Amino acid sequence: MEILKSFLGYKRENGRVGTRNYVIILPVDDISNACTEAVANNIKGTLAIPHSYGRLQFGEDLELFFKTIIGTGKNPNVAAVVVIGIEPKWTKKVVDEIAKTGKPVEGFSIEGTGDITTTMKASTKAQEFSQWASEKQREECPLSDLWISVKCGESDTTSGLAANPTVGNLMDKLDPLGVHTCFGETSEITGAEQVCATRAANDEVKKKFLDTWNSYNDFILENKTNDLSESQPTAGNIAGGLTTIEEKAFGNIQKIGKKIKYVDVLTPAEEPKKGAGLYFMDTSSAAGECLTLQAAAGFNIHLFPTGQGNIIGNAIEPVIKLTANPKTAVNMKEHIDLDVSKILKREMNLDQAGDELIKTTLRVASGRLTCAEVLGHKEFIITKLYRSA
Amino acid sequence: MAKTDIIIHDEKDNVGVVVIDKTSSNQDCSCWIMENDKSINIKSLSDISLGHKIALVDLNEGDTILKYGYDIGKVVKSIKKGEHVHVHNVKTKKW
Repeated sequence: MEILKSFLGYKRENGRVGTRNYVIILPVDDISNACTEAVANNIKGTLAIPHSYGRLQFGEDLELFFKTIIGTGKNPNVAAVVVIGIEPKWTKKVVDEIAKTGKPVEGFSIEGTGDITTTMKASTKAQEFSQWASEKQREECPLSDLWISVKCGESDTTSGLAANPTVGNLMDKLDPLGVHTCFGETSEITGAEQVCATRAANDEVKKKFLDTWNSYNDFILENKTNDLSESQPTAGNIAGGLTTIEEKAFGNIQKIGKKIKYVDVLTPAEEPKKGAGLYFMDTSSAAGECLTLQAAAGFNIHLFPTGQGNIIGNAIEPVIKLTANPKTAVNMKEHIDLDVSKILKREMNLDQAGDELIKTTLRVASGRLTCAEVLGHKEFIITKLYRSA
Repeated sequence: MAKTDIIIHDEKDNVGVVVIDKTSSNQDCSCWIMENDKSINIKSLSDISLGHKIALVDLNEGDTILKYGYDIGKVVKSIKKGEHVHVHNVKTKKW
C-alpha cells in the first residue's frame, strides 16, 4: 500500500502539530478541581482535567508531578490553557513553563479570593480562549508531525499473536517517514528484557534501558508479597489465556515491530530530544498512568491494542483501540476502532492489518473521533512515586 | 486454506494457542506454525478455550515452557501432550 504522506492537523506556535484542539482548564492541585470544573461547566468548548495530587509532594515525586502537569499543558493537542491552583507560586510556575510554547495560557490562584470570584475571572479568560481556538483550522501536515505512543492493555494471547504485531507492522512502516514513536511499560518487559535490550540503537542506550528495567524490577522484588499473579498478569489477562509475566512480556514487545531500534530511554513524562525515531519511556504498565506520561511528553496520538477489552481513553490524546480477539470485537464493538481478528483465521495477514491501522490512524489524526472519545473517556492519571510530606 | 485450530509462534515452542472458540477432548486439531509456515496436527485432551494454550509435548515438573521461541515460565505440575497449559501447572520464573 502506498502510505498517504499527510494528515490534517493544527499547527502550533512552537512548530509542533496537534491532532486535537482542546482548551483545557488545568488544576495545579486536588483542591482546585471544583473551580476548574465550574469554569468548564460555564464555558463550552473547554475541558477540565481534574486529578488527585499536587499538595505537599517533594523531591523526585514533585518533579514528576510538575513535568506531568506542565507537559500536558504544552502538548500540541492543547490550543490554550487556563491554570487554576490554590497558591500563586506553583500556579505561576506551571503557567510560565507552558507559556514557553507560545500558546495562550493564564493562571488564577484561589487563596485570598475564593472559588466564586476565581471561577468568574477564570471563566472570562476561558471564554476568550475558547472562541479564539474555535477559529483554528486544520492544515495539511507531513506524517513526520505525528508523535505516536503505544501501550497495550487487558491483553490476552491474541494480543501477542496479532493485535500487537499489527502495531509493530505500522511502526516498521512509519519509522522511515520520520515519526516519533514511544513504548513504555517497564515492568511488563520482564522476561523479555534481554531481547528488548538488543533493540537499543547503541550500547549506551542499551545500558540505560537495562539499568531502568533493573531498577523497576528491584522495586517489585522489594515490595512483592506473592508472584503478582492477578496484578501482573491481571485476572483479565489470565482469563484470556496469559499465564506468566514472561509470556505477557514477549507479547508486549511485538508492538515495536521487527526492525526499528529505540534511540533513547526517557524518564517518565520526559520529552524526546534526539529527533524522530522510537523511544522507550520508563512507565508503569497501568494504562491510565502510562498514557498520561506519554501525552505529557508530547505524543499526539495513541495506539492501544487489547485482547479482553480495555476501555481506556485519555484527556488530551486520542486513543485508537484495536483487537484481534473475535469475541471482544463483537461483544465490545463500541470500544474497538479496528478489528483485526481475521488474522487468527488467516483471512488477513499482518501486512494488510498494518496498512488498515495506518489508514485508521491517519483518519483519527485528521479529526475522526475514536470510540473512547465518543464514549467520554478522559482518563488522566498522575504517576505518584511515593507518599507526600 | 484448511481451518486452523491452533497457532504456534515458533518451531521451538512446546505450547500452541487455541484460536477457535474451544477445542474438545479427543478433537484432532490442525496447528499452524507462524515462523516457518508449516502445519502439524495434535489431539486435544481437554476442553481448551480461545486464547488458552495446549501442550505440544509431554512436560514434566521443572521443564521450561517455550513460546515465541523463548522461556516463559516453569512447569509446576506435569502436563501431557494435548492438555491445557495455564496457571494451574505453570508459574513465572521471575517473581
